[in-house]
Amino acid sequence: MNVNDLVSNVNFLPWLIPVGPLLAFFVITLVTNRAKMVVATSSEYADHNHPGYMGLRVPVSSVSGRILSITVGLSGIIAAWLISLTVVGQALAVEHLGESEVFGSTIPWMVTGISTFNMGVLVDPLTTIMLIMVPLACTMIFIYAIGYMAADARQARFFALISLFAGAMLTLVVADNLLLLFVGWEVMGLCSYLLIGFWFEKESAYKAAIKAFTTTRVADVIMMLGIVYLYMMTGTLSFRDILHNEVMLSVLANTPAVLFGGLSAASLIGIFLIIGTIGKSAQFPLHVWLPDAMEGPTPVSAMIHAAAMVSAGVYAIIRMYPLFEAGGNPHHGLLTPPLMLMAVVGSFTALFAATIAVAQNDVKKVLAYSTISQLGFMMAALGIGAYIAAAFHLITHAFFKALLFMASGSVIHGMEHGDHHVQHAHGHGHDDAAHDAHAHDDHGHDDAHHAPHFDPQDMLNMGGLRKTMPVTFITFLIGGLSLAGFPLITAGFWSKDEILADAWKGLTEGFGPHALVFVLLAVSAFLTAFYTMRQIGLTFWGEARTEQAKHANLGQGIVSFTMTLPLVILAFFAIFAGFVGVPPTFPIFGSIFSPSENPFFEFVKNTLLSEQQPGELTFAWFPVLTSFTVALGGLGLGYLMYWRKPLQAGETDPMVKILGGLYPILKNKYYIDEVYVRVFVKPSQVFASVVVVRFMDGRIIDGILHGIARVFIWIGDFLKLLNMWLIDGVGDGIPEYVAAFGAYFRRFQTGRVQQYLLWVAIAAILIALVFAASSGWLVQASGG
Amino acid sequence: MFELNAQSIAFILFALFSLGGALGVVTTRNLIHATLYLILSLFGAAGFFVLLSAPFMAAVQVLVYIGAIAILIVFAVMLTRSMTRLSDIYNSQWLLSAIVAGLLFVLLLVGVILPVWGVNGTQAGREVSSIVTTTVDLGKALVDQNQYVLPFEVASLLLTAAMIGAIVVARDDKE
Amino acid sequence: MVPLWMFLAVAAGVFCIGAYGVLSRRNAVAILMGVELMLNAVNINLIAFWRYVEPLNMAGQAFAAFVFVIAAAEAAVGLAIIISVYRSRRSVIVEDVDMLKW
Repeated sequence: MNVNDLVSNVNFLPWLIPVGPLLAFFVITLVTNRAKMVVATSSEYADHNHPGYMGLRVPVSSVSGRILSITVGLSGIIAAWLISLTVVGQALAVEHLGESEVFGSTIPWMVTGISTFNMGVLVDPLTTIMLIMVPLACTMIFIYAIGYMAADARQARFFALISLFAGAMLTLVVADNLLLLFVGWEVMGLCSYLLIGFWFEKESAYKAAIKAFTTTRVADVIMMLGIVYLYMMTGTLSFRDILHNEVMLSVLANTPAVLFGGLSAASLIGIFLIIGTIGKSAQFPLHVWLPDAMEGPTPVSAMIHAAAMVSAGVYAIIRMYPLFEAGGNPHHGLLTPPLMLMAVVGSFTALFAATIAVAQNDVKKVLAYSTISQLGFMMAALGIGAYIAAAFHLITHAFFKALLFMASGSVIHGMEHGDHHVQHAHGHGHDDAAHDAHAHDDHGHDDAHHAPHFDPQDMLNMGGLRKTMPVTFITFLIGGLSLAGFPLITAGFWSKDEILADAWKGLTEGFGPHALVFVLLAVSAFLTAFYTMRQIGLTFWGEARTEQAKHANLGQGIVSFTMTLPLVILAFFAIFAGFVGVPPTFPIFGSIFSPSENPFFEFVKNTLLSEQQPGELTFAWFPVLTSFTVALGGLGLGYLMYWRKPLQAGETDPMVKILGGLYPILKNKYYIDEVYVRVFVKPSQVFASVVVVRFMDGRIIDGILHGIARVFIWIGDFLKLLNMWLIDGVGDGIPEYVAAFGAYFRRFQTGRVQQYLLWVAIAAILIALVFAASSGWLVQASGG
Repeated sequence: MFELNAQSIAFILFALFSLGGALGVVTTRNLIHATLYLILSLFGAAGFFVLLSAPFMAAVQVLVYIGAIAILIVFAVMLTRSMTRLSDIYNSQWLLSAIVAGLLFVLLLVGVILPVWGVNGTQAGREVSSIVTTTVDLGKALVDQNQYVLPFEVASLLLTAAMIGAIVVARDDKE
Repeated sequence: MVPLWMFLAVAAGVFCIGAYGVLSRRNAVAILMGVELMLNAVNINLIAFWRYVEPLNMAGQAFAAFVFVIAAAEAAVGLAIIISVYRSRRSVIVEDVDMLKW
């Protein structure tokens, strides 16, 4: 098999999809990330200066580094995009993809004794639609980042990280087993940490990064438990083997779970996996990291919160849906515990986040809460069994949310531009302490003698931007209308309507969860429309409320072009992407777009086993009217409050008056962050510092080490003593004795010969005596 | 054993001379007196030689010992006179020396009289031999090539050496 | 004649007295006199033995003669040394001549 065959075989192509961006990551990191060193206080590094850099030289991406990294990064994602299009093209050509035939290939990855664990890629209908959306959205974000990060000192590093992010997301999408999906999941978690904390000198940024990582980590651990349990039960993690296999599903559904005896194994695994998504897709109660993640650069927000990470969470639960449904039948009102969990958590989160979004003033925070809310929609839809609707909403939401984030990024960029303009126009540098109107941008200047900090992201500082940033205005408006579900012409309407229709159908049949979902989602949709209109009104309509807003624009040249082109492209999708999912029974539009069948519906439904596939919806007026009412009602209310009478400079937001006492609670996100800090964070810190550091490390570990050291010191002292006594004692003692002995006997040498002679005489006598005694003189003396 | 005849009386007399003289030598402070006591002792020894039928020996004793050596000692005493009267006569170890000498005497006596060196070891009770020889025999023995001519010549060399040595040692370097 | 042992006893006595004189007298000349006594005693011993045991063998007398020679030579040289020492040290006390002391 030669390379050509390999590459052209659609079964092997999916392997190549993540390769482009991943390779780009390595190349940029190792090769093209060229930097020149400048003094930390220079203007090129101005955004990132930190007191710790005093007197140091810091790296700034050089021009060649930027150009090379952008080229490499862009090539990587475009390569992935082109390969995805090829695969998608092949996939769409297949009749009933997913029923019996899917694309994919596996390799044996780890031989575990009796069995072998395989890793591979899979292209089934769900994967296909993801492959349409993800590479496109990511490419748009990459292009956007060329312009957005053009002035940033670390642009090359940024491209490396978003390439890795895109690579991880694509790995997750084409994975054919839960483990590979989890690998992509975790790498994205890491990238979100790196990217949210991209401006790491800023305290709020790195704190947000840690918060994101730890919150999703909590969920990931539980998800891991779910994966492990699944593997224990089935011996495999491959999607086709578990999810497209009736026998496997019924076994899992009928086995009681190891914990919480009332649940089946499938339910327990399902709940654990859903908890993973609750963390990753920022549902209540693990939603706290998403708004803080706005600290990252806007392309990151677009990527994380639209195209990639949160979509990955929902994609995972959509993928694992058969497992959740096993043992129940949502289409007949029988919800299994996982489905119930999703329905409740999803719909609650949708409403919860929408209420908070109403009271937010930061343009990105509104979008963040809106993302949380829309993800709640998707989760709730999945909970009631509206599989296709959830997938549809995922795709459309990715498009318009990415559009909205990037457009808001353009707005912020423009506001900063206006801010610089204001500073320079007044002819003052950074040294004038007296002038109040002096502002500095949001990225962490540390000039202490400046007056109040100007927030370019605060909508109350904006206004009238439609005049200076028209393209951004139009695209933002399109995105916003799509988010609100403006009837008929926006993609958001079609996907949201389908969810509501599914919920309505269940409601009419008397299913409780469906009713709950319908009501809560309808209210959330109303609020969504309202706060969207509020946001657009405050930002673009009316007159500029500050000097900076008056001069806000993107300028000319490559920066503005790269920042507006993606908006335009995505706006196109935000309108037209919905038309692939029009139900054929819909009046007028149905016959135009779906003459015989709903293309999206028919295509995606084959991912599931036929028993689990949702039935074709018949047209009902009530949900459609509800969608119309809530969308137009919300938009209308927002129009009346913020467009008819635009907010003037210095005026307070009308919401403050209307909500009264409720306003501070909503503004402070129901004080959940504070509660978490009290309940989880502070005790952990106390535990860490007191128990672990002081007690465990200080007393126990240090105690052991000190004890060992003391033992050795004691041994040393003992040996020293031994040395002193034995060696010194003996070694020195012997010569001393010899010397003393010698000194004593030296006195014999008096130099007087008479004394010597005396001793000779004595010795002679003694010898004689001995001699005599030995020859027996005593015997002989007596006799003989 | 012990008869009292002329020889025994002579023996006792000479014994008294010898021992008395010897005692006198070691006990007088005055060295001239000591020399005279020495001469007395030597005379006693000469008497003994006569008793023992060795007239030549007796003559040599008187001529050489008394006539030369004792006179020599007198001259030495005279030449080293300044210190002869002033100091103690005994040194610090006199008691120990006395004991040692006494012990030596006892040992010798025991060894002589008692048969401590084996049954045949003593000659104590031996009687005088009846053979008598003359001085002529001694003279012949001293020059007989088979007897003692060599020691005789060596002795003469020794005397020459001693004479030369004494002159060299005692010579006054200032001259 | 008297038994042999009497001669030997007398010789031993003179010898021991001479030994006492050598060991305990301070004056060098007195020590020399003691030495002469000892040699004298030896001679008595030799002649006594010659006469009583083997008078035919002239070795006894010859030996005694040679002892004479030795004694004379030794006395001469010894007194010469004493005089020389006296000249350099103005003392004939042997205790003062202790240059070989440690």
